[in-house]
Amino acid sequence: MQVSNSYWTLFCSVYKKDVTLAFRQRAEIVNPLLFFLIVITLFPLAIGPEPGLLARMAPGIIWVAALLSTMLGLDKIFRDDYMDGSLEQLIASPYPLPLAVLAKVAAHWTTAGLPMVVMAPVFSMLMNLESQALGATILTLLIGTPLLSFIGAIGAGLTVGLQKGGILMSLLVLPLYIPVLIFATSAIDTSIMSLAYSGQLAILGAMLAVALVAAPIAISSALRVSVS
Amino acid sequence: MWKWLHPYAKAERAYQLCNTLLPYFVVVSVLCIVVGWVWGLAYAPADYQQKDSYRIIFIHVPSAILSMGAYSSMAIAAIIALVWQLRNAELAVIAIAPVGAAMTAIALITGSAWGKPMWGAWWVWDARLTSELILLFLYLGVLSLFHAFEDKKAGGKAACILAIVGVVNLPIIHFSVEWWNTLHQGGAITKFDTSAIDPSMLWPLLINILGFAALVGMLTLIRLKNEIIQVEKHRPWVRQLVSRG
Repeated sequence: MQVSNSYWTLFCSVYKKDVTLAFRQRAEIVNPLLFFLIVITLFPLAIGPEPGLLARMAPGIIWVAALLSTMLGLDKIFRDDYMDGSLEQLIASPYPLPLAVLAKVAAHWTTAGLPMVVMAPVFSMLMNLESQALGATILTLLIGTPLLSFIGAIGAGLTVGLQKGGILMSLLVLPLYIPVLIFATSAIDTSIMSLAYSGQLAILGAMLAVALVAAPIAISSALRVSVS
Repeated sequence: MWKWLHPYAKAERAYQLCNTLLPYFVVVSVLCIVVGWVWGLAYAPADYQQKDSYRIIFIHVPSAILSMGAYSSMAIAAIIALVWQLRNAELAVIAIAPVGAAMTAIALITGSAWGKPMWGAWWVWDARLTSELILLFLYLGVLSLFHAFEDKKAGGKAACILAIVGVVNLPIIHFSVEWWNTLHQGGAITKFDTSAIDPSMLWPLLINILGFAALVGMLTLIRLKNEIIQVEKHRPWVRQLVSRG
């Protein structure tokens, strides 16, 4: 009992620390959202403002913008801890590293993914997305953004020891994001046609379940390589 | 079996093994590719619909198959490297990656050259083409991650982890893309007796596949030898090797 209790304490303290740090520097939370908004603004300017065209492209645009703005915060997940040495302490501590990693990814999602889910109605309104697709948009973002955080954290863990890891990380991570993008946008597309989209959601959920189990292990071995 | 395999964890023995294996791979690949290409390009009958332009199949299909085969062997080497902490397996990952990337590039280029007369476009966003392109990205990711590290030991480990993550993702990417859009024809040579292509074309194709496989093995062995020498350059046996010229 004592042991499981202390595991929980570890999870909570790492999570609390990261979320608190993010809220101390609000720009970290606001900037990705602003980026999301600006990317979405660029599309109508580039392809023309016809509502029909925008509505057709909305799922894709919203999701590509979500992918890109998640990338912004990813570099931060481990970078600061790596710089001030607390990452090394976490690795050296007797607690399981995957658990601490899980807490850090959860904190990243809370500060980067969750705001996007909350703002989704506004963005889909901007893109003239049909109202029946709103639920699908929110649900896919809700299941998909934690997945993005998990996969991205693998890339962040691999590149944290490098001086200029940022661009390299996006090169590593973006190809791995493709299945999420495909299933999420196809769920929204299906919902626009008023069909059942539970199949795509189920696959996204399955991918999230696999990532929840496997990604922390991959991330921790990546961190061990980067720090050693 | 472990007793038999164990010595090859030592770089010197692995190098010698590469040397012993290399001639066989060279012979098989040169022989098969020459026979396969001459047979395929000159003697195999022309297709009733695609005429002679189908002959690019003898380069396109082997390179496409080997692009995936090389990735899986790279991932197997990566798993061995991480589980048993074998440095030589790490080097093998680095040795295979550029060869596989080249195979992927060849498959993409010949594919688009074939697609232009047949489909009327250099590139279509079809499932197989897209997943092959993503495979190229994964290869380039592994390579650029390795080269980004100054400490090559850490770089090798990181590349191994990425290769394994990639191989877990590859089927998901493949099926998701498949499901997303399909124009490319399905596999035609999966079953021997019910094969959808005529034996007169199938045989040169199979010989070419074997030849390409040996070619990949050969290039990998040569690169692995180089990698081993570079890592072990301060050891006496390498010095001896160099001084012997």
